[in-house]
Amino acid sequence: MEAGMVTPAPALVRFSGIQKTYDGEHLVVKNLDLDIRKGEFVTLLGPSGSGKTTTLMMLAGFEVPTQGEIYLADRPIKNMPPHKRDIGMVFQNYALFPHLTIAENIAFPLSVRGTGKAEAQERVTAALRMIKMEAMAQRRPGQLSGGQQQRVALARALVFNPQLVLMDEPLGALDKRLREQMQLEIKQLHERMGITVVYVTHDQSEALTMSDRIAVFNDGVVQQIDKPDALYEHPVNSFVAHFIGENNVLSGTVETIDKEYCRVALAGSGTVTARAVNISGVGASTSLSVRPERITLVPDGSSSDGANRLPAKVQNTIYLGDHALAVLDVAGNAEFMVKLQSGAHDSLRHGESVVVSFRPDDCLALDPV
Amino acid sequence: MTASATSADASTEVPLKRRLRRAERARQVKALALVAPLLVFLLFTFAGPIAGMLWRAVDDREVRQVLPQTIAALAEWDGKELPDEKAYAALASDVQAARASGTIAIAAKRLNYALNGFRTILTSTSRNLKTAPEPGTAKETLSKINPAWRERPTWTTIKDAGGPITGFYLLAALDLTRNADGAIVAAPPDQAIYRSLFARTFIISLSVTVLCLILGFPVAYLLATLPPGKSNLLMIFVLLPFWTSLLVRTCAWIVLLQSKGVVNDSLHWLGIIDEPLRLIYNRFGVCVAMTHVLLPFMILPLYSSMKAISPAYMRAAASLGAPPLTAFLRIYLPQTLPGIGAGSLLVFILALGYYITPALVGGAADQMISYFIALYTTETANWGLASALGAVLLLATILLALVYGKLVQGQQVTGGMKN
Repeated sequence: MEAGMVTPAPALVRFSGIQKTYDGEHLVVKNLDLDIRKGEFVTLLGPSGSGKTTTLMMLAGFEVPTQGEIYLADRPIKNMPPHKRDIGMVFQNYALFPHLTIAENIAFPLSVRGTGKAEAQERVTAALRMIKMEAMAQRRPGQLSGGQQQRVALARALVFNPQLVLMDEPLGALDKRLREQMQLEIKQLHERMGITVVYVTHDQSEALTMSDRIAVFNDGVVQQIDKPDALYEHPVNSFVAHFIGENNVLSGTVETIDKEYCRVALAGSGTVTARAVNISGVGASTSLSVRPERITLVPDGSSSDGANRLPAKVQNTIYLGDHALAVLDVAGNAEFMVKLQSGAHDSLRHGESVVVSFRPDDCLALDPV
Repeated sequence: MTASATSADASTEVPLKRRLRRAERARQVKALALVAPLLVFLLFTFAGPIAGMLWRAVDDREVRQVLPQTIAALAEWDGKELPDEKAYAALASDVQAARASGTIAIAAKRLNYALNGFRTILTSTSRNLKTAPEPGTAKETLSKINPAWRERPTWTTIKDAGGPITGFYLLAALDLTRNADGAIVAAPPDQAIYRSLFARTFIISLSVTVLCLILGFPVAYLLATLPPGKSNLLMIFVLLPFWTSLLVRTCAWIVLLQSKGVVNDSLHWLGIIDEPLRLIYNRFGVCVAMTHVLLPFMILPLYSSMKAISPAYMRAAASLGAPPLTAFLRIYLPQTLPGIGAGSLLVFILALGYYITPALVGGAADQMISYFIALYTTETANWGLASALGAVLLLATILLALVYGKLVQGQQVTGGMKN
């Protein structure tokens, strides 16, 4: 699970046995242990209600853990008020102060810290230059576009050189193109300034683009913490496999287990070989996960390379510009997706019989959904 | 495509702007028809009476109607010496005519406002002037009836009251008057009550506004931050006073605050006081009762401005290193300024016009301008002065509203939140 920990650096943030409940009945966060190293970009990813935002709010100091302790640079901060934590934060809706100009907004964290006028001026100018908005210093937030407001919020959270920067779905309100551009800008800022960032999002592609490590949350539990590629290639359970990237699910029963591999009898028909990742034993039901781009359509014929082959019926094809998707009916799953090159879908007709092929290494036997 | 569209424009010869106006006209007419009833209603019940009041403040035709010849004769008079025989003759003729038609009291009342005792002068003259004086003896005859006719101020008073419009009432409302030479001077001390009255009205209104702000701000904050269920309940309590008559609420304060009232009895029973405190029929009682009545008018605008402030602002301020008090003063408070301004203006303007409450729970030294306006309209029927006081009050209120408008305009913010 901690495969990504190749360069051990001291943990800047440590969640230790954190639990949080709002109503005294349901735990929103269940037993969270999480280390965030200095200079790291960690994303808390999960569907809404998974506990990721609560975790961020506990780190920021706006929520108090019901149990456990949070350490920031080895100091317990559970009972430290937010304004003493030296954590910069970028909010979902930017939260720029509407009655202050852009320059005043960015100067705010400096002035409450009693930074000298000249130095504050200098740092505000530098921050404005960083976000390329020197010309807008005297405008008010209401006069800026969403992307500009987002940049100002970023500059404001960075201008006082906090030891940690938190971002709570900061790009949620932007359109797709702007969001992608901002993702790159934030990533570049992170690399240039060497800041530690904890980022919350429910958008998996955003998480994959920006993060050093991603913590996948579900039901108040961290399902997996890993580097983006490891999460995609080696999900530890069905939730992660399904949440990160596109995923085909085939359900079945484990027949035999042979070291890392197992034979699975599919619920529809047929048998496949899969990597045994998360199964409880022979006879247990399992969900197989196969990525659409790891599947090929082959001429009807028997396997010669050890790859799994399954008969399929074409349901539909979807043209997406740079690629196309074939929607097939495979072993009872009528929404089985196969990624094709554009053009390759033309020959497929509804109801046509084809054969799908995928390697056992690309087929993961996970916990049943 | 573009080319053909352009040529079509040219061929029809109707500019785009006019076509737009034509297209919008139907909607405008509809909108106007919808607001027309209210407009007419406001015109008759609001704009009309106010214009009437402003007119009455300067209208001065009573003396002109009763003593037309005298006014005409005095038109040429320079006011330096006593007027000539012609004026006396005109007056004698006017007085006889007025006695015949029974209108002498109208002129007497008006002239008495300007010069105390004029009523006596005019009525005695009217009573004693049995027959028209011989030509050339009018001055002598009148002076014999009442020696006041030998005094210049008597005549300047008549000339000043000649109308048809006058600044007399407006000057009086500001404790000013014209002396015999026509110069504007301070009114004699025994008549100069209005400036201090205005000052008192403003001070009471200001005290009530400040009290409402101090008491209302935390309540509004609570309303804006509590979860909806609780805040709705609290809102009902805030609005409760609106469902009770003003008179009932004011009388309730009398019950509470009088010397044998609930408050005094409780304090006495607790052994805190020996003698009952004087809580009512003084400034304290007026301020308490008015604050109670006007508090919702402060809370509601404050609440609405606070409701618009996202809690994210305070969180952002805290995360940027601002301690709670700093965050409140620099982030929260400035954003409530429009609400504070609107609430204060509302309460202040409402308080300026308060009548019932000070009349019931105030002492003689706590009566506000409305009390005197009511007094002049209902008791002494001095419509001119009542209107002038009203006009001055209106002017002060309009000035305040303008100043407020200017302040708010400078503060206008659209907010950075997108929700």
